[in-house]
Amino acid sequence: MNLQEARYRYVLRLGDNALVLGHRISEWCGHGPALEEDMAIINVSLDLLGQCRNLLAYAGRIEGKGRNEDDLAYLRLEKDFTNALICELPNGHYGDTITRQYLYDQFNYLLWSELVNSTDTELAAIAAKTIKEVTYHLRHSRDWFIRLGDGTDESHRKMQQSLDEVWMFTGDMFATDDSDAHIVREGIGPEMASIHTRWLDAVRATVAEATLNMPTGTWMQSGSRIGRHTEHMGYLLTELQYMQRAYPGCEW
Amino acid sequence: MVDTSQLEAQIWHWLDEVKDPEIPVLSLIDLGVIQEVSCADGRTEVVIIPTYSGCPAMKEMENDIIKVLGAHGVADAKVQLRLSPAWTTDMITERGLRALDEYGIAPPPKATADKGFLLGKPHMVRCPQCKSGNTEMISQFGSTPCKALYRCVDCREPFDHFKCI
Repeated sequence: MNLQEARYRYVLRLGDNALVLGHRISEWCGHGPALEEDMAIINVSLDLLGQCRNLLAYAGRIEGKGRNEDDLAYLRLEKDFTNALICELPNGHYGDTITRQYLYDQFNYLLWSELVNSTDTELAAIAAKTIKEVTYHLRHSRDWFIRLGDGTDESHRKMQQSLDEVWMFTGDMFATDDSDAHIVREGIGPEMASIHTRWLDAVRATVAEATLNMPTGTWMQSGSRIGRHTEHMGYLLTELQYMQRAYPGCEW
Repeated sequence: MVDTSQLEAQIWHWLDEVKDPEIPVLSLIDLGVIQEVSCADGRTEVVIIPTYSGCPAMKEMENDIIKVLGAHGVADAKVQLRLSPAWTTDMITERGLRALDEYGIAPPPKATADKGFLLGKPHMVRCPQCKSGNTEMISQFGSTPCKALYRCVDCREPFDHFKCI
């Protein structure tokens, strides 16, 4: 794999993460548990879609085959998406959504904090914008994670269950492939192993503050880097890509 | 023949008519979104930066700039969207901050979000109606990506606060 391919794959994955999670949580629009939360979660969704647009547009330019952000979002098949598996999981109840969001936001915050210093100036410019938004996302999901964990008996029980169930999808966020060696060597992105260590420390502290227990399971799902997804991904793409599939080239 | 810098100054002056589509008392110049104006070879280019990555008003702003300049006879203006520098609320001018407050939106404090903000105590936000400092946050996310929702404990009015980023 050459450097150009590595850069394309790296930026594409960042864009896919934002696209798939942004699309997933947009499903809360009009269904939030309270008006303020409805607005909050879809504001996060909107930020993610904006970030995805910047990233996929850039990935398309690196690839150099004339594909724009719409082509990459709407015209790729499931196996061509390399988003982390956790992004595509169904929303579940609001506690499930908040738990996934916190675990992802904590990862995303640490990652983008490093990408601000990327030697890739365009990625660094996207990062400067993104980190400000991601900081708000983390603050929001962390607050709710603690509030619900350290809430009533029922909310506490549900949050522990959410955390235990989603845990096996967290390892895949840090998965690397051949492209990462180039990325780290060129100073484009950080070592995933160091992000993982810092993430675990932060999550441990938050879980304790939420009066919850760290999950004991150690087996982790994997596959996103080679385009192997959960059974939920196909349904998500069916909805996301419907218009372009039914009416190819449709514009409005 | 008008020299370039005079023409650019004139364009800046005209651009002051272009308001934020969501906050019609705030011009795009006061918001800090317009970064550069250049006139070369009879072509005018305006560089804007987005407030938020997913701000749906950016296209609207671009159209409004072209429309206003067109009304002043600048027919071939181009608007270029750039990501750098990253917009911060520090780019809002003093005049812009006053306009927000008078309009009923509590303006952002002059300090950019940093790590301390993440876990630190939220700053005091003054109620734009009764000016009391006794206010509380209802939600970090308000009616648009750039605003948070607050409530005044004294006069009981809910209000928007322009988030500090």
